[in-house]
Amino acid sequence: MTTVTMTVNGRSVTADVDPRTLLVDFLRSNLRLTGTHVGCDTSQCGACVVHVDGRAIKSCTALAASCEGAQVTTIEGIGTAAKLHPMQEAFREHHALQCGFCTPGMIMAGIDIVNRKGTSVDEATIREELEGNMCRCTGYHNIVKAIETGAAGMAGAKQAAE
Amino acid sequence: MTDQGIGASVKRKEDLRFITGKGQYVDDINRQGQTYAVFVRSPHAHANIKSIATKDALSSPGVLAVFTGEDIAADKVGGLICGWMIHSKDGSPMKAGPHPALAQGKVRYVGDHVAVVIAETLAQAKDAAEKVEVDYDVLPAAVDPAKTQAAGQPQVHAEAPNNTVYQWHLGDKEAVDAAFAKAAHVTKIDLVNNRLVPNAMEPRAAIGDYDAGLDTFTLWTTSQNPHVARLVLSAFIGIAPENKLRVIAPDVGGGFGSKIFIYAEETVCIWAAKKVGRPVKWTAERSESFYADAHGRDHVTTAELALDANGRMLALRAATKANLGAYLSTFASSVPTYLYAPLLSGQYNIPAIYCEVDGVYTNTTPVDAYRGAGRPEATFVVERLVEVAARETGRDPAELRRANFITQFPHETPVIMTYDAGNYAACLDKALEMADYKGFGQRKAASAAKGKLRGIGFSAYIEACGIAPSRAVGSLGAGVGLWESAEIRVNPVGTVEVLTGSHSHGQGHETTMAQIVSSKLGVPIDSVSIVHGDTDKVQMGMGTYGSRSGAVGGSAIVKAAEKVIAKGKRVAAACMEVEEDQVDFDNGEFSARGTNKKMTFGEVALQAYVAHKFDPEKIEPGLKEGSFYDPKNFTFPSGVHIAEVEIDMATGVTRVDRWTAVDDFGVLINPMIVEGQVHGGIAQGVGQALLEGARYDESGQLVTASFMDYSMPRASDVPSFNVAMTNTPCPSNPLGVKGCGEAGAIAAPAAMINAITNALGHEDVAMPATPQSVWRAIQKMPAKAAE
Repeated sequence: MTTVTMTVNGRSVTADVDPRTLLVDFLRSNLRLTGTHVGCDTSQCGACVVHVDGRAIKSCTALAASCEGAQVTTIEGIGTAAKLHPMQEAFREHHALQCGFCTPGMIMAGIDIVNRKGTSVDEATIREELEGNMCRCTGYHNIVKAIETGAAGMAGAKQAAE
Repeated sequence: MTDQGIGASVKRKEDLRFITGKGQYVDDINRQGQTYAVFVRSPHAHANIKSIATKDALSSPGVLAVFTGEDIAADKVGGLICGWMIHSKDGSPMKAGPHPALAQGKVRYVGDHVAVVIAETLAQAKDAAEKVEVDYDVLPAAVDPAKTQAAGQPQVHAEAPNNTVYQWHLGDKEAVDAAFAKAAHVTKIDLVNNRLVPNAMEPRAAIGDYDAGLDTFTLWTTSQNPHVARLVLSAFIGIAPENKLRVIAPDVGGGFGSKIFIYAEETVCIWAAKKVGRPVKWTAERSESFYADAHGRDHVTTAELALDANGRMLALRAATKANLGAYLSTFASSVPTYLYAPLLSGQYNIPAIYCEVDGVYTNTTPVDAYRGAGRPEATFVVERLVEVAARETGRDPAELRRANFITQFPHETPVIMTYDAGNYAACLDKALEMADYKGFGQRKAASAAKGKLRGIGFSAYIEACGIAPSRAVGSLGAGVGLWESAEIRVNPVGTVEVLTGSHSHGQGHETTMAQIVSSKLGVPIDSVSIVHGDTDKVQMGMGTYGSRSGAVGGSAIVKAAEKVIAKGKRVAAACMEVEEDQVDFDNGEFSARGTNKKMTFGEVALQAYVAHKFDPEKIEPGLKEGSFYDPKNFTFPSGVHIAEVEIDMATGVTRVDRWTAVDDFGVLINPMIVEGQVHGGIAQGVGQALLEGARYDESGQLVTASFMDYSMPRASDVPSFNVAMTNTPCPSNPLGVKGCGEAGAIAAPAAMINAITNALGHEDVAMPATPQSVWRAIQKMPAKAAE
């Protein structure tokens, strides 16, 4: 066993884990943060995307031990039902989810796309950047629209904060 | 309330939990003391099991049990069933081999279930599973559906000689032969409808739990139809009587058909829970989804269309070999027969149709219903035939279709369907305009100027949804009735719970069904809760597939709501001291005609429960009504999709430049949700046409068993879709709805291939039209050949 300590959604957590424990299993099994999903075993589908130190990663491909001391943000950490993140709000507004299984990863990837590509990111760029996130329900049409709207919402939130 | 009722694009009620990570899928559920199951699967497509050594696995850390087929047999656990009896054209019943939950001496496909290891942790179960030693006597495998019936092929089941499950037919062969004999033109095509892996994003999962005190079982499972699962697990597999078995399908992450079926893993989890005395949890890894979720499609077809000199369709015939895989899955037998051939009339007035289907065994994963189930296969046959016929006879493909459209309803086809309503020309006209068909020539010239090919392709599809009238399907061999149930429980404060036997795994029932209730009872949708997916809460239901939830499940809700209103009128009449026939109900208000007496829905609900103002001899207290609704007919959604593609000649890469879809789903409950269903369906159909294909090598190894090898549609593979509707209400159900869940997947493959072959100028390209196969097809272009 190995001891890991990290900050998850602003809360410091420490646990003894099997060294082979993946970050996603640490989040889902140890912390019971089940919003982060596992849709494949080859790092293709993106249902497990979380942010580590501000960057999107696939938590099925990172060892929990490799996140020692890191700041981890999951879908549970970006907004609440009472105060949604602009990207969450945009997904709801544009019917960008059906079964909801890929949705947490999509939202976390969407936020990361905006962080990296800017708040006026265009459709072609969004489609290209979603290469690592699969959805079987929506045909992506509304997800792309939601990320465009979410980007604008994030710009607005940033302005309001400044 | 019309802003929330039928026809309103209200935002989904279920979304809040999904966007905040609060959904509860099976793998998110954990039971006290749960153990973990890992399956040992066959690495061979066909082999006899000489021995299974479990000693090392059993002595591994944390292992509680290892079970094999012998344990299943000793406990007399019944085999998995196929619930639809098909008879061959000679009248004999289909020939099916047994389908044990754990292999009995023989394995028949890669991924077949050999043993299960149950341990304290998942890692321990995985480690121990690798220590189960299975000694196989490897046999040659029958893999190709086109060859599996030939002499000398390996036999998958002794019960089915020549690997032939049935040789079925539908239609009038003599009439078709006579029509072909006098035809001015015959178009003949050979088609392969490629095998697909459904790949719902949530892998299948199960938790079996046994309560020794109550002697009851509970199964949490990723199911589209928990009541059917309970029925099969009770009546056929023999886990426990229905009153001792609860099946819960909580949030389910997509199904597309693959979660209809009752599989080995779920069966083993619920059985093993009692054996080990602890809850048993299993969650598929994605590679297991590829091996062990039922696949879709996999047809090899020759089809012909006969035209007269004026382009009128005279007859159609098709001969199909349908690969059913190594075992018959739950509804496998029905998909390439009664869900396929009855749709071969398309939108056209074709006087004679004949279809022969051989259902065959191979040493491959079982094949069953996948989004559209038989209807995409039929549409691909009809719409490829019509497009090729137009090209061969020098006719505009849109106009050849229009000239043969059915225009009078009801219309009885030669393949047992009676279309109740439709307006096919309306969809075509709207689609042609939206797609700017007139401007295609200019766009093609612009592409040519860039050295690129451009093509346009049509698909005028029909489907039979709203599955299904029970007596009709019973006469065709179905083992079940396909009605749906609804129960409306009005609370004393006027809020409403609706229990439905439908199951939502992405369709948005919590919203759309609340909208139906809102329209009927005049209550806001936030006052309506939809309860589904739990056999202890909902008494009985048939689940969600075949675009049936709105047309059948929604109609049951309407019927139950009408009974609530009728009861409410009796209560209101007593309270207002008027005759019952003097009470009207409109927009949530009961009123006494010719007076100013009024009661709100909530006031009547309260009075129904306090029961102070009516005679219990005449009116029972309470306000709760139920309905079992059995549809009169199938529904017949239709539409026209137009694909326009641009092909890079150097690389063979096909880019979908524009997609136009005009669908007629009748009345729309929530247009936003309907459009979303269309988008998703199109993407799956484009996936089939361009990207997806499950491939086996000659030994029966699935060489496309991960997302690394099986190409799923990504965001960059599809465009934004141009979607519109026409609305011809369905006369066969009280809502006028038809169903929209499968349309895109049904329409899209033919439109795509018609567009690509239009660009190429020849017909020789198969699905999936990958860059490599399109590049090869470019080399065969008439102009290229002349170079």
